[in-house]
Amino acid sequence: MFQIIILIALACISLSMLALLYRVIKGPSIPDRVIALDAMGINLIAVIALISILLDTYAFLEVILLLGILAFIGTIAFAKYLEKGEIIEYDRNK
Amino acid sequence: MKTNDIILQTATKVAVFIIIMFAVRLFFSGHYFAGGGFVGGLITSAAIVLIMIAFDLKTAKKIVPINYRYLIGSGLLVSSFTGLFPVLIGKPFLTHFYSYYQLPIIGKTSLHTATLFDLGVYLVVVGVTMTIIQSIGESE
Repeated sequence: MFQIIILIALACISLSMLALLYRVIKGPSIPDRVIALDAMGINLIAVIALISILLDTYAFLEVILLLGILAFIGTIAFAKYLEKGEIIEYDRNK
Repeated sequence: MKTNDIILQTATKVAVFIIIMFAVRLFFSGHYFAGGGFVGGLITSAAIVLIMIAFDLKTAKKIVPINYRYLIGSGLLVSSFTGLFPVLIGKPFLTHFYSYYQLPIIGKTSLHTATLFDLGVYLVVVGVTMTIIQSIGESE
């Protein structure tokens, strides 16, 4: 019973990831694609959490925090590139 | 043009601390759980990259005043010394030792020389990643 609930939740998250993938491919502007990729990363965290419940293991809990950090840094780097044209500048007060 | 990134910079000041603590936890849990020197080094360099993105290279050099090329060398030195130490006392290369100690706060702990080898891996990974990112970011 519990396993069926987890599987249904996984199917729902997969559907939402497909919808986000549509936005990544179709999205008219680049910020649309960046936000869709960020949300895909967050959905991936949910998938990992559900699968670690399904497999009954603690081994993937680090991956969840890791993906959160990586999605944050990646989105910030993309946002700064879109705003300024360079990601790491030497002196920002120049 | 001066830009105002106060939300990003304040979030970075909190997040960098959490990310580095996570990296230290990954580094020390490598023997019994998932983690180790490689992932810990990558996450540490991710924290430094976050500082570089939110501020700039000059500020990042002021916050972390380390020449990352020296970090690669010292990591290789630590790892190779851990490998060579058993040779000096007549054991095969890369033999590791461990024993249980009674530490003040933590209690009974198993201290393993594989941690020193992992420390070398950690330093090399941080050094290589930051050298790549810094030298790409600096070039105009």
